[in-house]
Amino acid sequence: MTNEQLIEKLSSAYPDAVVKQGNQYPEITVAHDKMHAFMQYLKSDSTMAFDYLVCESGVDYPAFIQVVYHLESTTHQHFLVVKANTENRETAVLDTVSDIWPTAEFHEDEIFDLLGITFTNHPHLRRLFLDETWGFPLRKDFHDDIHVVER
Amino acid sequence: MAEIKIITTDEIKTDEYLVNMGPQHPSTHGVLRLLVKLEGEIVHNVEPHVGYIHSGIEKMTEALSYPQIIHLTDRMDYLSAHMNNEAVCLCIENALQVEVPERVKYIRTIFDELQRLASHQLWWCASGMDLGALTAFFYGLRDREDILDIFEETCGARLTLNYSVPGGVMFDIHPNFQSKVKAFIKKFRKTLPEYDKLLTGNIIFQNRTKGVGVLSKEDAIAFGVTGPTGRASGFSCDVRKHHPYSAYPYIKFDEKLGTDGDSFMRWKLRMDEMWESLNIIEQLIDNIPEGDIAVKMKGVIKLPEGEFYQRVETGRGEFGVYIVSDGKKNPYRVKFRSPGFSNLFTINHIAKNWKIADLVAIMATFDLVIPDIDR
Amino acid sequence: MAFEKYDFTPLTQAIHKALIENVSPLLTTIIEWTIIGVLFLLFIAIFGLLLVYVERKVCAAFQQRLGPMRVGPWGLLQTIADFVKLLMKELITPKSVDKFLYNLAPFIVIIVPFLTISVIPFAPGLQALDFDIGIFFVTAVSSVGVIGVLLAGWASNNKYSLIGGMRSGAQIVSYELSVGMSLITMVILAGTMQISEIVELQRGGWFLFKGHIPAVLAFFVFVVAGTAETNRGPFDLAEAESELTAGFHTEYSGIKFAFFFLAEYINLFIVSAMATIVFLGGWMPFHFGDWAAFNNVMDFIPGLVWFFIKVFGIIFLIMWFKWTFPRLRIDQILTLEWKYLLPINLFNILLMATMVLLGWHW
Repeated sequence: MTNEQLIEKLSSAYPDAVVKQGNQYPEITVAHDKMHAFMQYLKSDSTMAFDYLVCESGVDYPAFIQVVYHLESTTHQHFLVVKANTENRETAVLDTVSDIWPTAEFHEDEIFDLLGITFTNHPHLRRLFLDETWGFPLRKDFHDDIHVVER
Repeated sequence: MAEIKIITTDEIKTDEYLVNMGPQHPSTHGVLRLLVKLEGEIVHNVEPHVGYIHSGIEKMTEALSYPQIIHLTDRMDYLSAHMNNEAVCLCIENALQVEVPERVKYIRTIFDELQRLASHQLWWCASGMDLGALTAFFYGLRDREDILDIFEETCGARLTLNYSVPGGVMFDIHPNFQSKVKAFIKKFRKTLPEYDKLLTGNIIFQNRTKGVGVLSKEDAIAFGVTGPTGRASGFSCDVRKHHPYSAYPYIKFDEKLGTDGDSFMRWKLRMDEMWESLNIIEQLIDNIPEGDIAVKMKGVIKLPEGEFYQRVETGRGEFGVYIVSDGKKNPYRVKFRSPGFSNLFTINHIAKNWKIADLVAIMATFDLVIPDIDR
Repeated sequence: MAFEKYDFTPLTQAIHKALIENVSPLLTTIIEWTIIGVLFLLFIAIFGLLLVYVERKVCAAFQQRLGPMRVGPWGLLQTIADFVKLLMKELITPKSVDKFLYNLAPFIVIIVPFLTISVIPFAPGLQALDFDIGIFFVTAVSSVGVIGVLLAGWASNNKYSLIGGMRSGAQIVSYELSVGMSLITMVILAGTMQISEIVELQRGGWFLFKGHIPAVLAFFVFVVAGTAETNRGPFDLAEAESELTAGFHTEYSGIKFAFFFLAEYINLFIVSAMATIVFLGGWMPFHFGDWAAFNNVMDFIPGLVWFFIKVFGIIFLIMWFKWTFPRLRIDQILTLEWKYLLPINLFNILLMATMVLLGWHW
């Protein structure tokens, strides 16, 4: 499917989600409570068939924390960027997608470790790189007098 | 008459015990810790613990300018340093809509393939050592030295190249570059069959790797296993083929695909890739066009507001750079999608119920670089 | 025969005679024991160091490098320097080990080569003990070493050591069988277990040629099983570096580690020496049919030299294995023994017995 077809199909199927053409790939922003069902649809629908989760990254914005999923379909060779925002920065909770793509299990561990997003239903959410004494370093308000030199 | 009770082997159970493989262990090639649950010699569970050399590169980038970020990317997958550099450069060039000169594309691609050869050679010799064939180590390092000499002549560094800059490459190629590369290819075409003679055809080696640690195609896709490891399972994931960058669109090459997905296939596939890399370099080395080696960029590079994603194929798999820019001179957020990270975490899935020696063989054929995982 | 002039019997007899005429018989025995003991001690220490040097040079040659070159001419003093370093190193005893067994293990391991070396004839008349059950003695005594390895693995209280010890136990006990059986094959041919007698019987031709097919088979099995019994690559599972860091001797340091290290090399010598004695005629020179001139030239080379040429030939072969092959897996090692070498051996014994019975050998 071309990018235009993909955008058209997604905006008709999910009218409340924001679909637009980004710099390179189509981007879709879904609400945090509908995210899991939407992902399930992307994976299982035969015209979508996004079976390869390329990258899962977290970005800290002033009002919320965003998780960005880069998805690719190995059958149709199309690419999609899905974004899901948490409700706010204090209650950073999202559903896990590790039941859909097993690789997300460890990407989510990493995001939890560095950004402090709690993924519900995750089999073993743990800090991957850092130990318990650290805060969440990739948050913009992270402050550490000992380890970080501010310029 | 006493009743005869038949005891099957399943009923004879011994206690499981935990063994810490790592952080310092000869076969983890760095500070990776595997918490292995064993019953006798049989592996029941592998839990990778990472982060021993987590250096917070993603956090550091938020305080650095774009050209400075490139220097950090070498330190992640130090065996694919040039590919990592190139990924960031391509991402910046894409964002700024800069078209680099043809000469740069060719040089970058040749460097990519030379770096891939160097990476695969180190993998070959190190995994030979993991399997107990120590002689392999010296054969691999001997030939890798030639490539590093070529690198050194052109860009002054052997491991962390820093050769790509946004808009081009840092220096023009050395006058000897083409002749040396051609001499290397000629020599390496003769030494590569030696590698096969030493290990690939060996009956002990084949017994150790054939059928061991099978990763199915479905699992490879689901776990995001890319690179030669994923391709050995039949997952067509070569970024060079599917999303060509630099000079890859101009050349003909095969994407090698395996079927079995076992350790031997992963081995074989990397060996085949070395031949393919030689073919790619041969197609390019005589046709490097004349021209500039870089386009003029602004003194301070500022990316437009937005998000940019760039994928390249490194020696280990798909490397991705995701830059979120807010229009300032330093990025708002940078995420590196490293191939080793996704590849590593399948290990529990495929090493289960194999022996501890097989776990080492699987680790060897996965070709893990720990800083690439920890970032 | 020309090489009889290299016989050591007159020398040893003269020493014995001189002693018995001057001192009491008890003192004679004690002095003789001491001389032999000191000689073996020196031999094991020096030969062990030499073998370490040879191994490093051979390995370097396979790997296209020079090996040790800095200490002394061609690095000859390197192993001595290493040994001095090992002697002076601190002996670290981990807190949670079983102290008695932990300290006992290296001694058991090093005792074995001392016991075995006593029956080896280096040259005519140069043999400390000449049992009439010499071969039996060697097979029996060489199995003691595995106890040391198992103790080291168990007492170290380290999981890697334990796995290494267990692997080594399974491996050595299995391969002991093949070593013994291939020796039995040759005993059937020789008709005696006395080692000096076995060497003497090969005056007309080495057993490897005399016993043709079954002897060649037995030689092949013996070298493979002998490599496995000495825990050397490709059968070095017990200390598989990439899997178990250093296997059963992970926790040992200094001189205790040196004991394991030295024992490995002396065991290598003993396996090669046994192969030399049983298959390649011990100190007998190489003769070819009725080429009288050639045979006379061969006779001028002393038996001691012949013995060491052959031993080093086999040591080189075993080192060649180590630096070429990757390591086997534990189940593959046991499969090789129980499914291949053992049936071959049993068949081979039958073949040899038939041959000897029908007088088909030369």
